[in-house]
Amino acid sequence: MTLARPAEEGQGTLLRGGDGAEAARQLRPEDFTPAPRSVAAQRLSRPSLSYWKDAWLRLRKNRQALASLAIVCAILAFTLAGPLLWRVDPSAQVLTRISEGPSLTRTVPVLPELDPFEELVVPGIDPSPTADGASLPPPASLQWIGEPSVQSVRLRWAPVAGAAGYLVYRAREKPAGGYLGLPVGTVDGGNVASFEDTFDLEPRSYWYSVVARNVTESPKPITREVKLSPGISVADAQTLKAGARPGDTIRYPARPFGTDALGRDLLARLMAGARVSLFIGFCAPLLAMLIGVLIGGASGFAGGKVDQWLMRFTDFVLALPFLLFMILFKVALGAGPGKSGIAAMLIALVALSWTGAARLTRGQVLQLRESEFVQASRLLGARPFYLLLRHLLPNTLGVILVSFTFAIPGAIFTEAFLSFIGMGVEPPTPSWGSMCNDGIQTFLTHPHELLFPAAFISATVLAFNLLGDGLRDALDPRMRSLE
Amino acid sequence: MRSGATPMLRYTLKRLGAGLLTVYVIATATFAAMHVVPGDPISGAKAMRPEIRANLEKKYGLDKPILVQYGVFLGNVLRGDFGISFTQQNRSVNDIIRAHFPVSATLGVLAILVAGAGGVLLGSLTALFRGKLADRTVMFLVILGISVPSFVFAALGQFIVTKANARVGATILPVAGWGTLRHMLLPALVLGLGTMAFLTRLMRSSLLEIVHQDYIRTAKAKGLPPARIFLSHQLRNAVLPVVTFLGPAIAAVTTGGFVVETVFVIPGLGRYFVQAVQQLDYTVIMGLTVFYGAFLVLMVILVDIVYGFIDPRISVAQAEA
Repeated sequence: MTLARPAEEGQGTLLRGGDGAEAARQLRPEDFTPAPRSVAAQRLSRPSLSYWKDAWLRLRKNRQALASLAIVCAILAFTLAGPLLWRVDPSAQVLTRISEGPSLTRTVPVLPELDPFEELVVPGIDPSPTADGASLPPPASLQWIGEPSVQSVRLRWAPVAGAAGYLVYRAREKPAGGYLGLPVGTVDGGNVASFEDTFDLEPRSYWYSVVARNVTESPKPITREVKLSPGISVADAQTLKAGARPGDTIRYPARPFGTDALGRDLLARLMAGARVSLFIGFCAPLLAMLIGVLIGGASGFAGGKVDQWLMRFTDFVLALPFLLFMILFKVALGAGPGKSGIAAMLIALVALSWTGAARLTRGQVLQLRESEFVQASRLLGARPFYLLLRHLLPNTLGVILVSFTFAIPGAIFTEAFLSFIGMGVEPPTPSWGSMCNDGIQTFLTHPHELLFPAAFISATVLAFNLLGDGLRDALDPRMRSLE
Repeated sequence: MRSGATPMLRYTLKRLGAGLLTVYVIATATFAAMHVVPGDPISGAKAMRPEIRANLEKKYGLDKPILVQYGVFLGNVLRGDFGISFTQQNRSVNDIIRAHFPVSATLGVLAILVAGAGGVLLGSLTALFRGKLADRTVMFLVILGISVPSFVFAALGQFIVTKANARVGATILPVAGWGTLRHMLLPALVLGLGTMAFLTRLMRSSLLEIVHQDYIRTAKAKGLPPARIFLSHQLRNAVLPVVTFLGPAIAAVTTGGFVVETVFVIPGLGRYFVQAVQQLDYTVIMGLTVFYGAFLVLMVILVDIVYGFIDPRISVAQAEA
């Protein structure tokens, strides 16, 4: 059926010709004048479409790829223009603002100075009676002494008869299933019924639990919630503003992405880290592609013994376990004081990842070398160098560009992986991977320290993956994916 | 079949030879890398008199020319003796491998099972419901799975399970440690996730390619029920590329183990390797690198050979030519 169709069309034109033949029964002299030469019919009615224009048109229709392109541009702008707009030193520490969640500019009151804490000893109670700890009841009441603040939380409770002491727990969430949280203190003596907690308090809700004990711990706690509001002690305030007094307010600059465990601005660090991560992410694949194209091109073009040896070498490098050698290279090149480790990582990545591009280029060149248009060009007397520049290279470029786009997320991942296991960029220099490594230490209590750098890595890698898919569809119709 | 045996053997031997060469280069590169690093095992924190240092160097052969040291190193590797750890008391590298490799191997096998089963299942699902909501959702998750680093999955997994444990008030799943099957579930899932995403993609595209094959049309034409066509014609043929991916999958799971074992505090070989690298424990780094290298090379060769048996269409002799 499909085969028949062109024939039918052909018949159609013939028939029209047939009409002419019918008319030709009465031949007139006009019929023998030359037909007017129509230039219009030969004019190209559509603008000529170069390979790259065509690719761009196709890419433009792919909404997913366009969105990824926009994300890539946004991340580049964040990296390059970000530090100009957000002028916060990524290595400056503010020790009063450790592991803070995201916040805008705000003011914090300076808290009044506290009197020294004195233990509350209840008279008339045996400090060390003999009793079974496990059967002790919980304290009958739990109260605050004074106003609880981030400087100190002071607790007092009703003493329990038969207790030889108490345990104080602090939880960040409402206790459930017997887990009372962090043990913040032990009190010795059944008649001592107070405790002061000053340890690492943050402006949030806490659940304090007190349990009586006598050798063993009673399973019955008394629990009370306290919500602490932001504040700063006089001593801390004076490190930020000279002569700060209780009742003053201290201005905290905005930290849109919060701070890390050392009190550094996460947004500024993300920008600085992006430079490292993207530098490695772009430069390593770029250099690897260049080397790969050179080796692969030479191999495919020269053929014979050169090809054989170069490809054997390529196969060999390909057989080396990638990450093991990355680590070895890094150990060999990157150790030593004062080195950021970026150069070592770059060299190692390039030295191990050019093989893909080499094989790809060789395959393309071998295929193109035998294609008709190259043979035609050769027949017309084109020199090898001209062939290479005019025909082989431009036709390989699309495939190379696609594999370059896919190599970028790979390099970013490798950087993140190495930094994560402590083999990447050395500490003072931030990278997204090393920030994740820092963030994972405090992940259970301050998830934002891991989530933000991880989100940046994921968004970048995702964008490049989708852009690569789009580019492959647009540039290389033969390899179009089945999606 | 009998005529196929000799080229098969030749191919196997050839691959093993190339593999041995690779392991040799890995060993040499390891040796070279360790010698480029500034400092050596006996320069510790305390200052040492030159005479004592010279004595120690003599005792351990560090004063000999580098080629002699290289020879000694190669000899030791050949005998399977990787030396003694510098930082862990009374432990040889062989002890470390013997004690901790089984843990890593268990985790790795579980992860590959998770990845393989999940990948084949999800890939079939997406191919069957191509273009439908299920397909698009899974494919988006797959892209996400490829784009999110494994340590993020590890941390998120721990976070979610910790919250769930707190909500229930009992430890349903432990988030760290090793011992029982319950300890293994979460790390194996996290470790297999990236590979699973790749396999899903692979399985989907290989199934979609097969849909247009003549034999599928024939099967339809002779009136086979769709389930039968899918199970005995499509699935069996589409699974082959997944088997080829097994080599890279083993490598991914092995190196991925470095991260997962560190995050989940699993006493596997990967964690010891990372520790050794961080503490510059030379002998352990050298020994484990050579061991890992040999292991990975062997696995890739094995997978290639097994592939030749599974798919009779691909004769290994052909692949050789």
